[in-house]
Order: sequence, then structure tokens, then C-alpha cells
Amino acid sequence: MAEPALIQVLSDEELREIEEECSHLPDRKSAAIDAMMIVQRHRGWVSDESLAAIARLLGMSLESLDSIATFYNLIYRKPVGRHVVMVCDSVSCYVMGADGLRKKVEEHLGIELGETTPDDRFTLLPIVCLGACDRAPTMMIGDELIGDVRSDQLAEIFGRFE
Amino acid sequence: MTAEEKPLTGLVEKTRGVVDMPAYEAGDGYSGARAALVSMTPADVVELVKAANLRGRGGAGFSTGLKWSFVRQGDDADGGVKYLVCNADEMEPGTFKDRFLLERNPHLLVEGMIIGAWAIQAEQGYVFLRGEYHEPYRQLRRAIDAAYAKSHLGKNIFGTGFNFDLRIHRSAGRYICGEETALLNALEGKRAQPRQKPPFPPASGAWGRPTIVNNVETFCNVPAIVRNGAKWYQGLGKGDDSGTKLYGVSGRVRRPGLWELPIGTTIREIVEEHAGGMREGYKLRGLLPGGASTDFLVEEHFDLAMDYGTIQAAGSRMGTGTMILMDDSICPVDMCRNLEHFFAQESCGFCTPCREGLPWVEALLTDIEEGRAAEDDLALLERNAMFIGGTTNTFCLHAPGAIEPLASALRYFRDDFQAHIRTGVCSYRAPGGAAPG
Amino acid sequence: MAGQSVSRSQPSRRKRVLASMARVNIDGKDYELEAGQNLLHACLSERLDLPYFCWHPAMGSVGSCRLCAIVEYADEGDQRGRLQMACTLAARPNMRISIQAPFAADFRKQVIEWLMENHPHDCPVCEEGGECHLQDMTVMTGHSMRRYAGAKRTWRNQYLGPFVGHEMNRCITCYRCVRFYRDYAGGEDLEAYGSRARMFFGRQDDGVLESEFAGNLVEVCPTGVFTDKPFSKVYTRKWDLQSAPSVCPHCAVGCNTFPAERYGVLKRVTNRYHGEVNGYFLCDRGRFGSHFVNHEKRVRHAGVRGADGVFEANGAEAALANVAARCAGALVGIGSPRASLEANFALKQLVGEENYCPGVADDEHETLRAALEIYRKGGFRVPSVTDVERADAVLILGEDITATAARVALAVRQAVRGVAFDMAREAGIPEWQDAGVRGHGQAAQSPLFVATATPTRIDELATATRRGAANDLAGAGFGIAHAIEPSFASGTQDDFTAAAAKALAAAERPLVITGCEARSPALLRAAANVVWALRKQNKKAALVIAASEANSYGVALLGGGLNLAAALLRMREGEPALVLENDLFRRVPAGDIDLAHAVVLDSLETPTAEGAAVVLPAATYAEQTGTFVNYETRAQRFYQVFEPAGEVAPSWRWLAEIGKRRERAADWPNIDALTAACANGTEGLRRLTTLAPEAGFRARANTRIPRQPQRYSGRTAMLANVSVHEPKAPVDAETPLAYSMEGENAGDQPGAVVPYVWSPGWNSNQSVFKFQQEVGGPLAGGDPGVRLLDDESGSPASYGEPPATEQRNGTFLAARVHDVFGSDELAGYSAPILERAPAPYCILNPDDARELGVADGGGVRIEELDASVQVRVDADVPAGLVAVAQGLPGGPLLTSHRVRLAADADFTPRSGGDPNVIAKG
Repeated sequence: MAEPALIQVLSDEELREIEEECSHLPDRKSAAIDAMMIVQRHRGWVSDESLAAIARLLGMSLESLDSIATFYNLIYRKPVGRHVVMVCDSVSCYVMGADGLRKKVEEHLGIELGETTPDDRFTLLPIVCLGACDRAPTMMIGDELIGDVRSDQLAEIFGRFE
Repeated sequence: MTAEEKPLTGLVEKTRGVVDMPAYEAGDGYSGARAALVSMTPADVVELVKAANLRGRGGAGFSTGLKWSFVRQGDDADGGVKYLVCNADEMEPGTFKDRFLLERNPHLLVEGMIIGAWAIQAEQGYVFLRGEYHEPYRQLRRAIDAAYAKSHLGKNIFGTGFNFDLRIHRSAGRYICGEETALLNALEGKRAQPRQKPPFPPASGAWGRPTIVNNVETFCNVPAIVRNGAKWYQGLGKGDDSGTKLYGVSGRVRRPGLWELPIGTTIREIVEEHAGGMREGYKLRGLLPGGASTDFLVEEHFDLAMDYGTIQAAGSRMGTGTMILMDDSICPVDMCRNLEHFFAQESCGFCTPCREGLPWVEALLTDIEEGRAAEDDLALLERNAMFIGGTTNTFCLHAPGAIEPLASALRYFRDDFQAHIRTGVCSYRAPGGAAPG
Repeated sequence: MAGQSVSRSQPSRRKRVLASMARVNIDGKDYELEAGQNLLHACLSERLDLPYFCWHPAMGSVGSCRLCAIVEYADEGDQRGRLQMACTLAARPNMRISIQAPFAADFRKQVIEWLMENHPHDCPVCEEGGECHLQDMTVMTGHSMRRYAGAKRTWRNQYLGPFVGHEMNRCITCYRCVRFYRDYAGGEDLEAYGSRARMFFGRQDDGVLESEFAGNLVEVCPTGVFTDKPFSKVYTRKWDLQSAPSVCPHCAVGCNTFPAERYGVLKRVTNRYHGEVNGYFLCDRGRFGSHFVNHEKRVRHAGVRGADGVFEANGAEAALANVAARCAGALVGIGSPRASLEANFALKQLVGEENYCPGVADDEHETLRAALEIYRKGGFRVPSVTDVERADAVLILGEDITATAARVALAVRQAVRGVAFDMAREAGIPEWQDAGVRGHGQAAQSPLFVATATPTRIDELATATRRGAANDLAGAGFGIAHAIEPSFASGTQDDFTAAAAKALAAAERPLVITGCEARSPALLRAAANVVWALRKQNKKAALVIAASEANSYGVALLGGGLNLAAALLRMREGEPALVLENDLFRRVPAGDIDLAHAVVLDSLETPTAEGAAVVLPAATYAEQTGTFVNYETRAQRFYQVFEPAGEVAPSWRWLAEIGKRRERAADWPNIDALTAACANGTEGLRRLTTLAPEAGFRARANTRIPRQPQRYSGRTAMLANVSVHEPKAPVDAETPLAYSMEGENAGDQPGAVVPYVWSPGWNSNQSVFKFQQEVGGPLAGGDPGVRLLDDESGSPASYGEPPATEQRNGTFLAARVHDVFGSDELAGYSAPILERAPAPYCILNPDDARELGVADGGGVRIEELDASVQVRVDADVPAGLVAVAQGLPGGPLLTSHRVRLAADADFTPRSGGDPNVIAKG
């Protein structure tokens, strides 16, 4: 009874993309991660409502889907700001001063790891090695990888993201 | 080295940008795949790759041809679906080689996978790509689309009747996905817990079907092997191993970076010549030769050749071949704390030693680093390391890998651990204390 | 055992090939183990103390806890060896391993130390304390001093419904809960969340666990995360509980249980392992249904209704004198499928066969007789629950087995995994390697066809489903049989029947399951035809016929000359009657019942008892010793757990007393004598005499078997609030069990008289392996019970033409719906079960609902029953059919195959027992 309404939480575009993934997989449940990532790309995070809609769409329980959601680092089950800032804390960046950089970023944004700025502009998260160790220290804002980050560049860097 | 002596990056150097379809074809692109599909049997390809002695570039160094031969073929096969999967979940701290290949020469991977698919007769392929790899995704996406447009992917490839579809699965982020059976669970849309082995993926992999998983760099070696033969490929290496290797250096060197060199090039040559040596005022104390989960090497090892056997004999692993340098400003205890924090965070939570042991190790290291440790804590740390580190003690090799740098640090830098406990202070310049720049 | 080559192992259950043995050297001694079996399993089968957490005998290995570490040596020369997890290795010939090796022992100790980083030190206030597997393993490995200095992680617990409590802080992340709940029992609302050292096990949010098997979490969890919630409210330590071997009174599967008592209160019910019936698991109705024993409406004293209509309790003698005066002449005896076989037999003897009626409605009686006729015709062995697990294709015809025989439904869930095991064997994956088998088999399932009136929980596993009224389904059954064996009578042919016939005929061990709930002998005959058709194709086909009450088959086997309608008529005509543990209002319309001259023997103040002339207080199953006969016709003895308070006595004792005051006196000094009389006096029940050891049986050292564990405490003081003088312990002259902590419960006595499991070092229920011949095999002294009908021979003639499909003629065809929580009478008096019971309802097709003008949740009036119930609209119910829930508190009794419906605009839904609606507790 509630099913059609729940699935209607998702946009046509999201439904289309999820169905496209499903069509290439042996069963619908296999699209669980893809579906959550698709919804997250459109909405920034996966709300309880979205989760329920995806679960119904793929024919699985809310519990089964959330079990998967909570395993992965990049599926956000809480709202995030418009830009997710991820500062690498792995070893190469650590050697090149990542801890200090993180502190500077925290100071600059006025938030700590795991927090979102009051204007919903930035959410700051830790990230493991971004695979650009020759450009350490690194961070990523949204889709953009930024290497050789120097603390005196922070204002300019963050200024580019509205 | 000439372009043809650099099967992975020769074309990139020539092109200077992204090697797109025209550039790739101009450099003899897809001729390897065409040759394999048109004039070789799958068994021929497997034999060739075996003979070339190509070993997995993801870190374990297992013979690629041998792995492929484990997939039942012909009359032995049940006629059902098989999968070919590329592990492009580059997440080993300090490793940045697959990113380079994906961003700059994505057709090489596509071609390598076509040949691999033919060899094991798989009609469906997946590139399991790290979620944070946005630019690699864009480039690979373009390459795959271009390959489809040319019918190098899809139905009836090169008119041989062979079909192969290739899709990208973008991961939702988890280091353990690099473990091939965890990767398969993630590919199936599940929690990425590693699987009990046996069964190994060639017998029962993705969706319970025969599956081969190889690293990006491994696949990228295959086209040139088909084009130039096993002998040629063997000749590229310096020691017992064949081919070239993407070596990388990160840390306080003058020119951090990545170079395709004959496999077996010495550590000193890589660090001194290619990376330009240490920056002014820093001295190299030790290095992790192939990512965070490899044992430290120190001064006495710097003239060793970076190949599988030599590094193993020195008590470490070549791993991914991308070295992380620890200079004399870095506190070994704190560096271990950083590493173990990573491994504890990325534990999947399935087995006890990894899930509960690594956080304790991290806590002990933090106590030592911050001057709160008691005398017994070093013994406790070693006891934990011993019991977590055994390769059969845990469900998969995540935790033993985590213990490799720690166990070797306790060997090589023991004085530092003891001094911390004795004095209650860390005498190093705060590692990241000063922000860069 | 030491020093010689010994073996207790037999091939594991799923193994279909003869197992070969492997000589394995363990700590210097040679053992003959089953080759290929996992080493942990094999070591435990040899009764070696090897610690473990995540492995489970019914669920296999996953290798997550890493506790069962051993050292494996390459050969005799290898002094160093290699640490291995026993649960991940197969036993191979010439293997050399050590459990005691210092390195392995030290590693196991370390595993406990890791787990103890976060486990709270709350044992004194934890319900698991004293029977905690984690405590046992901690002591066994020797870990005692805490060295981890960090803070312990904490969690917010969830409300999981009235059955199961949740205390996540105690979790040691063994994954057993989700493996049972999700993988084994098919539940989808309990999961593992998060990762690394922050793993949470629970629901997505607070709410009732949906699975009918959730209560098993209490026993599956190795520590106190999941606890028995009703038990927690009246908590007693295991060592202070008195228990006895018993049989679940809530359906006809006959699961073995351990009810446990203290202070005259039945505290809880736990699983009592039976190798052929329930194995390691119970359903929640069985586990939580028995609180009826403590109900405030228990009849504690004999009562005679006075002139003012009020019962007077003037003592048993006065009541018996009244009964004797009342019952001097001809007398009707109404038996009961929930009373013991012995009580029914005593009643039958007392009133005479021609005056005894089994106490079920006539259509049910006819159905039970049809069931027995089929069983007696034979040609197949009625499958045990574990046989059901081995079936390779299943047809369910007309019965919602999750509701009426839940434990069988759990077995069907294992049966459908058969093909996955076949695939695994093909791929060389051992059957015990749980994750490997599941990963390799993926969604592959053995065929399961479900034909029922309404959707059922097992449909989710079905290859195909089909809906219809009973006669329609019977027609389909005939059709399937005909498709398999063309010489059999034909029936309905459609896609479903064709596919089912094909799948069943392609199987080796096809199974048909039907039941008596639809009250349709035709349905049973159709099912029998399918089985016999398959037997003709040389298939090892078999049939399960479920029944709804614990002793339905017992009363059916006893026979009796009177049907219920005739008995009730005689009562209405003024004849006195003895009504044995039977609420007639649940069986026939109220208008048929006249209790003015009835003597009712019952444990509860049922509506029938309330209307009687005399009420005699009967013991519940927990307060007496007796016999139930399950759907396999397996007779099983249940033993008195504790002596009842007040004048309560077993019904057969009351009947014997009445008999003494009548001419037809019989002399049954004790239960053994009565059982023997029943065996000798009833056709086909002779085997009853081998049911269980007689009262004179003595265990080791000529001792009785104690109902109380050795650490039973407070005996001198526990009744000090009543009297400071220590009362004399009750003496049990009827059975080999004693109301004492003295004696031997070593596990080598017959399985029927194991009153609890407990072994040195193994205080938890995991100690059960010390009572088995091998892990997962029969109990050491043999599995309890005796099958009364067990004839596989013969090739019976099939049944003739199927019944015609019933015509609606402007009415609705009515089907009965049975709810696992609420439809069973006795469990309906258990508070936690009642909390789960829905309000009375019926199910309608959306088109019918629209036509009637009712919406989902609205009310509909059933004219013939003069009752209104809530409507559930479900497109998976055929048009023209109304399914009416039966047995729910306050719900109408369906007495007609066709009913007329009308929308009831004034209907106000009664709140059911749904605990999601009431305040969370």
C-alpha cells in the first residue's frame, strides 16, 4: 500500500539511473551500493526516507540496506554541506604535514572534523590516502583533488567553492 | 629507455597528455588485443602470460598466467557466466600508480582486459574503481565509450564472435575492498567482508561464478606481452622478475613522483636519481617499500633491487612498489600510530584480532607517543603484534599487513620506543606539527 | 577414552555419501574422526574442550571469532607447527594437531582479552550470568586480569518487542545472531551495522522483531545481548532453576523443551535438544507461550456451583462427592487434544468407548481420521523435522505451516538450501563452511511450491504459489498426482500443477506437507495421492500432515465412539458429562453448548469452566507427567517440573478418583501403570511401553536423576516467608527424576530423562554436546520418544475423484486463518504472546472489498457468525474468498464453509496485541 509512495521519493532521473544499473546485474539487490551512490550524487546524502525508497525498489529490507550503507565510508547517512572537504590523513600526507594542515583547515572553516559550517557550505571529513602521494599533503573538495596544499593557499582554495 | 621499453608509460611520455583513442591507436593500440583474439587460442594467451612471468602488481606478486589457468576452460567449464574484474580500488596508503595509468593511459587497461577476458573466456568485465577517483573515472569512462564506439568492446569483437562487456563499479569507499574477495562482495552490492578461502575466485567468485581479479598495472602489462612476446618481456627486467614496474616515491625528497623502470632497479637509484634524493636538511632513516602494509627497510637495504624476491629476503615485501620515506624529522612511534590508526579504522570488523586488537595497538602507540605509557606497555604492544600478525591468526591478511610496519619498526627503531617510555616525551619535531608551506 | 583410538563420530546430517574416517593425532592421542568434517566439530564430538564462539552446530563455520585456535603440525618431526582455526580446517588422515600447545592456549587467552576490552563487567546483574558461554570460555582460557586501559564502548539499546531484550554493550561481535536470524531463519529485520570496532546488531529502529524464531537469539547469543524478556521480569539464575524434560504443548510438532521453575512459578522455557525433532531451535510460541501456567485465571481449587450460581470451594472431597452423585449413571466424556494421552485414555475407560469423544469439532475429527487413515495405509515413513530439512523438493498443500507447525517451516527453510549444498559439494566447498556455501550458491534454491488459501511467510522462498479454497487446492493436488502418475485420478491442471509435478518428479526426496487446519479430508487425500504417485516413480517421497494441538494425533489414535455433535446433543438433553481440558466455545457455536450438568477438569478458568456445574483443578503440562503424540505419531513423555500448589492434580488422577466412586473403577497407581494400560488397551499403541524409562530406573551409581543443578541454592530458606521450618522436599514416586540436587545427570541416561544440560566447565546451553553421541547427532542415551506408526512398506491404492470446486452462489467461500501468535488456546493465556496477537480480522481481495464498500482497516460483518471483524485487503487472496482468523481472543468461530458479508460502517477496531501500538516497555 505504501510502496508506490515510497518509491516516489526518488526522482525519475534517479529511478532511471538505478534501473540502468540493475539491468546490468544478475539481481536487483546487487545494485544496492550503486543505488545509494546515485541518490547521494543527486541529494548529497542518503536520508532514512531515501533509504526506505531504495530498499523497496530493490526488494530488500531497510535493515539489509542500512547494514550495507553503514559499512562504507562514502555513503553519508547524515546531511552534509554543499561541499565535502576531505583532508587526507594517511601516511604520505602525514609525513608531509597533514596533521598541521588539518588544523589550519579547521581554523579556516571554524569547524572540526565531522562538522558542517553553519552556512551549510562545507562539511569537513577525514579521508584515507587519496592516491596522490607525490603531491602530499592532499585534500579533496567535492570532486576536485588538490595536491601540494599549503596553508597560505587555503583562503584562495576555499574561495573557489560557493 | 625507449618507448617500447616502457610498455606502460612510453606512449604517455610521447603524448604528454591523456592518451586518447587516436593517440593510442597511433601507438599500435589494440593491436595486441586484435592479435590475441584473431590468432591465439585462450590457452595460448594463458601460456604466453605465464611464460612472460608477469606477476600481480597489486602487491602479492602472484603469477598472473597461473591465476588465469585456474579458471576451468573448454570441456571442464560448465558453460556458465565468468567474470573478469579489475581491482582499481587503489587505497593502499602511499600508492598512486594506478591513478596515473587510469588518468593518462586508460585504453591500455581496456585492451589488457579484453585480452584477459579472451584468455579466460569471460563475457562480462568490471572495473572496481575507487569512489574518490573522479578524474580516473572520467578518463576511463571516455576510453570505454570510445572502445565501444569502435566495437572493441561489446558484441563480436574484431569480428571473432567474441563478446565482452565492460562496466565500471564505483566503490563506496573502504580499504578492505582491495582484498579480492571483499571486492567481490562489494561488487555484489554487499558489505565488503572478505570471504573464506577456499573457494578461491577462479573457482567461485562474483555471484558464485568463476572470476579473475587483477590489478590495473597487471592488466596494463598484457598488451605489450602479446605484441612482443614473453622473451622480450622477460628481458625488460633486471633480475629474476620480468618487465617494468611503476615505482613511486613520496616523502621529503626533491622530486616525489612515479617512474616506469626495469623491475629490479635498486632503491638507491630510485630515490637518489629519479626522486632527486632527500631535500635539504633531511636524512633518510627508513622506508616502507611498497605501501603502508609493508615492513620498514633501513639504510642497510638501500642498495637492494626492488623486486619481489630481493625485498622479501630482506624481510619486507615489494608490495605496490611505491615507497614511503621516513626522514629523520619523523618520529617512528608516531608514524606507526598514524599507520595503525588507518588499519584500525579500515578493519571490516569481522574477526576478533583485527577488530579489537588493532585499536588496542593504536591506543598503546598513542600512549607511548604522548608519554603516558608504562614500562610493561612495550611488551604488551609486542604481544599484540605477535598475535595479530600471524597470517592464519586472522580471517584475512588485513591485520597481518597492518602489523608489518609496526613489527619492523619495533625491530629497527626500538630505541625510540624505549626512549619515549623512559622519558615520557617525544623528542622529534612534531611530524606534521608545522603546517606545510 | 584416553590412550586408545576412540570414536563417537557418525556422518553428519547433510552428508549423503558414506563418510570415511581419518585418524587424527590430537595432543599425542589418536582419534578416528569423520574425514572432511571440520576439526572443531570433530573435536567436540570427541568431547574435547576446545573453546569457540562463532561456530554453531546447526549453522557451521565462518571463522570470525578466532577462538578455536589449535596448532597443526606438518609431520612428526615438526615441533613448531602452525596456528590454525579448528573450525576452518577439515579433518584429514594423518593430521597432527594440538589443542593444549602453549602457543594456541595463549592465543585463545588473548582472543578473550581482546573481547573483554569492551565487554562490561556486569555479570552480577546480567541475566546470562551463570550460564554464559563467554564466562565459560573466559574461565577456560584463563584470562583474568584486565590490561586494556581504554574506555569501553557503549550503545543505546533497542526495543525489540515483548520477547527479546537487547543489551548491546555486552556484544562480542560473533555474528551468530544475524547468522541465525537472517541466514538460518530468513528474518530480514535484524542486521549487522557499521564496521571496525563499532559493530551494532539490531533493527534499523526500535520495533518488534518480525521472525517467529526470534527467541532463539537468546540461546544463540553466547552472552547476554539478547535475553528472554519475560524471564528477565521474574528472573532466577540457572543454578536455582528446577527443570524437567518436557514437550511443547502449543502445536503438534512436539518440540522438546526444558520448562524451568522456582517458587512455584514457571520461569521460562528453553530448547531441549532432540536429534530428530527440534534440534537446537524452538519457535517463539513454544518458548514464550507457557506463561499460561502462571496465569491469574488458573483453577487452584475444586469448586461446585451453588444455588446462587457462584462456585464454592469446599475441598476436593466435597467436589468429588458431588461428581459421584451427579455421574452415577450414563455419562458423556469429552476428551481433549491438549490433554495428555493418559488423561484421555483414563476418561475413555471411565465413560466407556461409546461415550467418549475426542473433543474436537466433527470436521476436524474427520480430517484427523483421514490423516491417520493415510498414515496407516503407509507406503512412506512420516518425516521427522530433520527429515524435512533433507527434502530436495517441497509441495505445501493447503496449510500455513509457519502458523500451525512453525518448527517444520524452519526446517523447510533449510530444505530449500539443498541445491546450494549440492553446488558447494560440486565445487569442493565443505558443507560446514557456511559463508562459502552461501556465497557460491547465491540465490539458488531447491523447488518449493506453496498452495494455500492466503499468503504465508514461506511464500518468499517459493518457486511458485497458488491460492484457492480447500477444495480448489485439493483439485490442484489431484492434478499434480495425476501429472506424475497418469493412472491416478485427474484433477486441476494449470501452470502451477505442471511445474510442481515436474519439480517433484525430478527430485530424489520430494516432500509434501499438508495439515488439518483447513478441516478438509479431501486436501489430505490429494496430498497423499501426490506422495503415492511419486513413490510409484521410485522416489523417496513422504508426507507431513500437520495438526494444530499437541495431542491431536494422540486423541485421534485413541479413537472413541462418539462425535462432538452427538455428545453435545446428549448434554443438551440433560446428560451429565466430564469435560477434559477443553474449551468447547473454541470448537462449536455457543448455542450448541449446555454445561448445566458438566464437570469440567481444566487448569484455566476457560469460558467452558466458568459455565460448568463442577470444576476440578487440573495440572498443566508442567505440573504432571504424561504423553503427547506428535504429527509423526511420535509419542513423547513430558515430566512434571514442579508440584502444583492448591488442590491441582493431573486430570488422570481426578478421573481415577471419580472412577473409584463409580462402578467402572480402574486401578492406575501411577503414570507408568496408566501408560501401560493405555498401550495394552488400545489398538496400535503397544509401543508406548518403550516410551521412556519407568519409575524404577536409576542413573549412574544407582541414583535418581536430579531436577535441580548441583548448585541449587537457598533450599533451606527459599520458603522462609511462609515458614521458618524447612519443608520436606516433594517425593517423586512416579518417575526416575527427583526433586533434589543429589544424583547424576551425566548425560548417559536415556535421552527422555535428561532434565537439563550442564557439564563441568560448560555452564551454558552449549554444554549440550556433552550429552550427544556426536555434535548434531542423537542424544547419548538415544533421542526420546517412540513412533507409534512407522510402516514404510506397501503401495496403497490412490484416492478417487477430487471434490468439486465449491460454488459461491452469492456468498463468500470461507477459509480459516491460523496465527502463530494468538490462535493457539494455551499460548493465548501467555502475556507476551497475547501482546503479539492481532485483533480479530479477515482477509479480502481488493475487488471484493471495493464491491462491499470496505477499505483496508475497516469493518465487515459476517452474517452467519453474527460478528464483525477488521478487514485486511490483500490482492494475493482470490476473489470470492474470505479468510477469517481463528482462535484469536474475542474473535468469531468459523462454523460454515460459506458466509455472507456486509460492510459494517459502525465498526470500531479493537486494539490487538500489537506491541508497537501500546506503550513501549
